[in-house]
Amino acid sequence: MQSNRLGWILLAPTLAILFFFGVLPFIYVVYVSFHQWNPFAADPTMIFNGADNFRKIVFDAEFLNSVGVTVLFVLFAVISELVVGYILAQAFMKEFPGKAIFRTIHTLPLIMAPIIVGSVWKLMMTPSIGIIPHYLNEWFGITVNIGTSPVAAFATIIIMDIWHWTPLVTLTLIAALVSLPPDPFEQAQIDGANKRQIFFHITVPMIAPAVVATVFIRLMDALRTVDEVWMLTGGGPGSATRFVGVHIFKEVFPKTNYGYGSTISVIVLYLTIVACWLLYVTMLAPRSKKD
Amino acid sequence: MKKNNPIIAIVFWSLVSFLTLFPIYWLFVISVKPAVQLFSTPDVILSDPYWGNYAKVWGDRLLRSYMVNSLVISTGNALLCTILGFFACYALSRFKMAGKESLFFWTITNRMAPPAVFLLPLFLLMTQVYAVGDFRLLDTRIGMILVYCTFNLPFAIWTLRPTLDGIPKELDEAAYVDGASSWKVITEIVFPLCRPGLAVTLILTWVFAWNEYLLAATLTNFNARTLTTGLSEYVTTTGTEWGIMATISVFTLIPALIVFGLVQKHIVAGLTFGAVKG
Repeated sequence: MQSNRLGWILLAPTLAILFFFGVLPFIYVVYVSFHQWNPFAADPTMIFNGADNFRKIVFDAEFLNSVGVTVLFVLFAVISELVVGYILAQAFMKEFPGKAIFRTIHTLPLIMAPIIVGSVWKLMMTPSIGIIPHYLNEWFGITVNIGTSPVAAFATIIIMDIWHWTPLVTLTLIAALVSLPPDPFEQAQIDGANKRQIFFHITVPMIAPAVVATVFIRLMDALRTVDEVWMLTGGGPGSATRFVGVHIFKEVFPKTNYGYGSTISVIVLYLTIVACWLLYVTMLAPRSKKD
Repeated sequence: MKKNNPIIAIVFWSLVSFLTLFPIYWLFVISVKPAVQLFSTPDVILSDPYWGNYAKVWGDRLLRSYMVNSLVISTGNALLCTILGFFACYALSRFKMAGKESLFFWTITNRMAPPAVFLLPLFLLMTQVYAVGDFRLLDTRIGMILVYCTFNLPFAIWTLRPTLDGIPKELDEAAYVDGASSWKVITEIVFPLCRPGLAVTLILTWVFAWNEYLLAATLTNFNARTLTTGLSEYVTTTGTEWGIMATISVFTLIPALIVFGLVQKHIVAGLTFGAVKG
């Protein structure tokens, strides 16, 4: 066997890149977050101001609003995707002609760039160009304008996210459903269990690990959603769809208040870690202990 | 077992497929319409396609340079990540290094972090710290290639690890006994066996880099702008050139569609870090 030195040499470039572009920015942003720093202001020097930025963030209505909007979006989007994805996965469990083609079509949105998804839905939803507002108005007399109505904009983003990411949920759940052993289901049917009982007492517990993994992945991705929202609504109207990522992109950069911007970045990162950790602990840990 | 009626399934899935495909089809419809026709009653069926937008986008020197940037950055990044990922995975799978499993897990945390959080520090580091003389990493292709490693390198490591673990160590050992050098073992014995896994990794990292917008939008100004940032430049407060925007979207979409055809089976495994086989 070769010495470990070769191993470290092979790993070194990877570790170096991840250090300079992943770890160092993190350390740097934490450092800057304790300072008051605006390079374009009258006084461009970095001044240490302790926890002032963190004190400010607690009372920053715009930032708190963006956190609230993000949480709402993640809840709506992930739960809808789970429900729709499960229904579609069950529909895929039967054999029918053309199944492979339908499955291929269903996978298509996954590979699309988020910004392209945003522009696709912008072209669908913008009044006077989009086909949806046109026919909603012509057939039902409903006026939908994502440029002025916060509810319409928010709903469109949820629908867009469902369109984009449900396929991932469907395919992960298919993988889980296919691997289920048939015996418990047959046994339950012989014992006279009804469909609802089978679903809640057999299917749900057995696919739970796959569901948790899917929710985990979707949650992480939904928390980082920026591109498509930026393209579709730019965070508006008002601040109805200004998620935390959009908030950083739209508010922090133009204002060049880098000290406070860093504080927001640190808090967002912290909240993401906490959200993922909570999910992991509450849903995954007890299960793995049992195994 | 219950008997299923295939007609119902086919009708149901046709409807779902329609919902999936229609928005993409609509993008194409907008891209082949002249600007004056956009605001009339929307026609769903194409009658007389107008290719002016395509000629305009293709003829635009700025957009062409964006396209070249996108190509160079994605290709460079995909190659870099696949090669470095391969070396890293070889090290992780063959050597008994202290703490290697923690390192392996640590790499993934780089991909979990929301990129928006790293915009500001990367921007500051790339303008002020990562600079040699007049050279700054900001707004350079090499800078973007390195920045994209933060999400693609962990991805490459996670997808290549099972491939390398699957190649029996006895093969290496036999070659060492025959007197081969480490370099020879890695490049001539292990590398060829990993080719399928490497190809999938290369293609998926390429498409992730090609699709990226947020980092490119903040960390480039002019020289290294990519096609996705070009797209957003056509959406302004004073008015949007819808046809051009749709056409650039189609241009950005085409490579992804080709990729989709090539590695369709691996996409789900890729997006879930191999937790789910596609």
